[in-house]
Amino acid sequence: MSDAYGDHKPKFFTRWLFSTNHKDIGTLYLVFSILGGLIGGYLSFMMRMELMEPGMQYFASPHKFSMFASMHGLLMIFFMVMPAVIGGFGNWFVPLMIGAPDMAFPRMNNLSFWLLPVALICLIASMFVPGGPSGNGFAGGWVMYPPLSTSGHPGPAFDFVIIGLLAAGFSSIFGAINFITTIFNMRAPGMTMHKMPLLAWGVLVTSWLLLLSLPVLAASLIMLFTDRNAGTGFFDPAMGGDPVMFQHLFWFFGHPEVYIMVLPAFGIISHIVSTFSRKPIFGYLGMAYAMVAIGVVGFVVWAHHMFTVGMDVDLKAYFMAATMIIAVPTGIKIFSWLATMWGGSIRMTIPMMWAQAFIFMFVIGGVTGVHMASAGLDTSIHDTYYIVSHFHYVLALGAVFAMFAGFTYWFGKMSGYLYNKWLAAVHFWLFFIGVNLIFFPQHFLGLQGMPRRYVDYPAEFAFWNKVSSIGAMVTLVGVIFFLLWILEAFLVKRKAGDNYWGEEANTLEWTLSSPPPFHQFSVLPKIK
Amino acid sequence: MRISRLAMSSAIAVVGTLMGLASAATAFAEGKNGPTDGGLGLQRSVTPVMDSISNITNYWIVPLMVVIVLFVLVLMAVILVKFRAKANPNPSKTSHNSVLEVVWTLVPVIILVVLVIPSMKLLYYQDVIPEAGLVVKVTGNTWNWEYAYPDHENVDPYISSIVDISNEEKFGLSHAQIITKIDARPADEPRLDGRPYLFASDAPLVVPVDTVVKVLVTSNNNIHAFSVAQFGIKIDAIPGKINETWFKVHAGEEGTYYGQCSEICGVNHSFMPIEVMVVSKVKFENWLANDGQFSAQYASTQNINGAVQTAAAK
Repeated sequence: MSDAYGDHKPKFFTRWLFSTNHKDIGTLYLVFSILGGLIGGYLSFMMRMELMEPGMQYFASPHKFSMFASMHGLLMIFFMVMPAVIGGFGNWFVPLMIGAPDMAFPRMNNLSFWLLPVALICLIASMFVPGGPSGNGFAGGWVMYPPLSTSGHPGPAFDFVIIGLLAAGFSSIFGAINFITTIFNMRAPGMTMHKMPLLAWGVLVTSWLLLLSLPVLAASLIMLFTDRNAGTGFFDPAMGGDPVMFQHLFWFFGHPEVYIMVLPAFGIISHIVSTFSRKPIFGYLGMAYAMVAIGVVGFVVWAHHMFTVGMDVDLKAYFMAATMIIAVPTGIKIFSWLATMWGGSIRMTIPMMWAQAFIFMFVIGGVTGVHMASAGLDTSIHDTYYIVSHFHYVLALGAVFAMFAGFTYWFGKMSGYLYNKWLAAVHFWLFFIGVNLIFFPQHFLGLQGMPRRYVDYPAEFAFWNKVSSIGAMVTLVGVIFFLLWILEAFLVKRKAGDNYWGEEANTLEWTLSSPPPFHQFSVLPKIK
Repeated sequence: MRISRLAMSSAIAVVGTLMGLASAATAFAEGKNGPTDGGLGLQRSVTPVMDSISNITNYWIVPLMVVIVLFVLVLMAVILVKFRAKANPNPSKTSHNSVLEVVWTLVPVIILVVLVIPSMKLLYYQDVIPEAGLVVKVTGNTWNWEYAYPDHENVDPYISSIVDISNEEKFGLSHAQIITKIDARPADEPRLDGRPYLFASDAPLVVPVDTVVKVLVTSNNNIHAFSVAQFGIKIDAIPGKINETWFKVHAGEEGTYYGQCSEICGVNHSFMPIEVMVVSKVKFENWLANDGQFSAQYASTQNINGAVQTAAAK
């Protein structure tokens, strides 16, 4: 694989600041994602500490609590999950898996990444400038509904949030264009769409979702911006506008967004389950087209987030039925993973443990999703902790577990070093126990009627809140072990072989050295 | 990594047991009003709509969820044990089975269809409002509720706020300390007197039992949501728009019921409770006749904890 350019690496600043190399940019994304996750995690940890006991112990102002909640949501979605699954694993492994030397537009790739730190700085800055009448920062929830985000937050904080999210949105749109172009045009000879690894399929579908949904978010953010600053009244009823219209626009983006986060995760899980069962993935085509189906149907179900806004009953009936349909392709994925394992020769490695936990917890998040899809039942659980639990089961325990699965699967490939299995196992177990302790009891709180985004709650909700907060502490220790095993791997430097998982890891990245050469596939591989 | 696999299965089993526990508990909801500390399921129903929600939740969707999760769980455990590398060193190469694939596509479809039918019935039952015996208008403010009786002009619209001390005062205090402070106030200021803190207000919405009450909901500024868990209602209060919902409290279920604002509305989102006092029809007539006051003989009622309370002056 080595040629004149094979391992010629630019100097530090040129390499990391002006990078056009997909693997370096992927690494930047992953480091950025860990940073975003730590900040977002700190915010949620403080929220859990506040909620450990009834009363207000840590947050003197409820505004600050809501600000933490809002920023936690935005940071985790835009600066942790998306950079990791799309920017990180997508950049690293889509070109490697399809046999391409790099992404189609390497300089745009650089722009995609460097818009993100700008966006993050805007969001962090927003926390320290005046927001609402009672404090700094924007505290209107990650959904940013007007009028709370317009007349309710006169200070500049929310303008910072808008600009930051626009930057993050453009970053993702550029990334999406890049992935679509790369996947359609740069597959190695013989790599037909129907032979393409499932991570590439996941990233492809996700890229289309990004491309079609983010412009809608951008438009609605700009409308909020002009409502706030230029005297327009798109969402102001006093000027003939409609606040509910914003919710429709937002969720037209917001619902595909959850699949944006989880489809690449599906791809990662498929590779891991197949490798450690020593079997090809079961029902490959079904798996690929289930993702396409989820992507398509994901665009026509958005108003199930708005069952209580007073929609027409027939409209609610439609959105309920459409939403439930999503359970079918999702079920196909779950059963296909199990069928892949059936008859296999299963090795319970660290990535496989993350993958198994992912499958199980995604099922829990999936069934509660069907519960909430029933518009009538949703009346009882809408905007309670039940929904908090549901989306954390599919995202925080779903997407994030898939990220850890992918990270432990490819860590050796990316860094060239093997990690300590015991440290990584402790990380897994603390995390698994911790997050389940946090989120499982929240189902009970939600059924009991505890509303979300509350800084203080009646004493009747005390018990499960305490359990949940203890879970947050366990998870925190898990995070420390995560950082520990990374550190240990880089200090001890155990060299990873080209294919340290064995022959069943058979996608193209395993044919290269660990880490792969700076430029790979100068002679394109041929796929039979 | 055999220990891992074992530990994995048992951890999954623990979570599964918890799920089972949850379903058992929701199926036998307690007789108490309001939430229960450590409670697992929905609050007790007192309206026909909430009856339907509870029935479908407790006897249909929760058991179904538990069965599906347990099914996947058991299947995973079996697979992880039966096909571990040591027991099954040579993996099969099967990667297709059309029959199986059709089955696991069709079975969920059938389950969903069966689930959609009661859901649709509930939805239309809930959403189509029967002829109302009383109309009340609820307006969300930052951060309190305004209640009005549009068909009874003698009852002036009134504001219902939480019984609380300021955020600055209560920082760092426990609920017990806060309650003591509130109840130390002079008698002409709103006090709790045994009513639950964060649920109790200074002026409840008063409605008659066994009567269809139509609720018109709107807002003066930010979006709020009017919600009473035991009635099975939750509807957003949106400026420039009047939403409607309804409830009819079963005969014999007089009492005080609580809800909380359920859409983030700013700094005091956590502190704008909804208190609904459901009284007998006779009492309610008396209340209307007295321009929204109870005369002395009707002025007491039972609170959430069963203790007798004096109707708060509005």
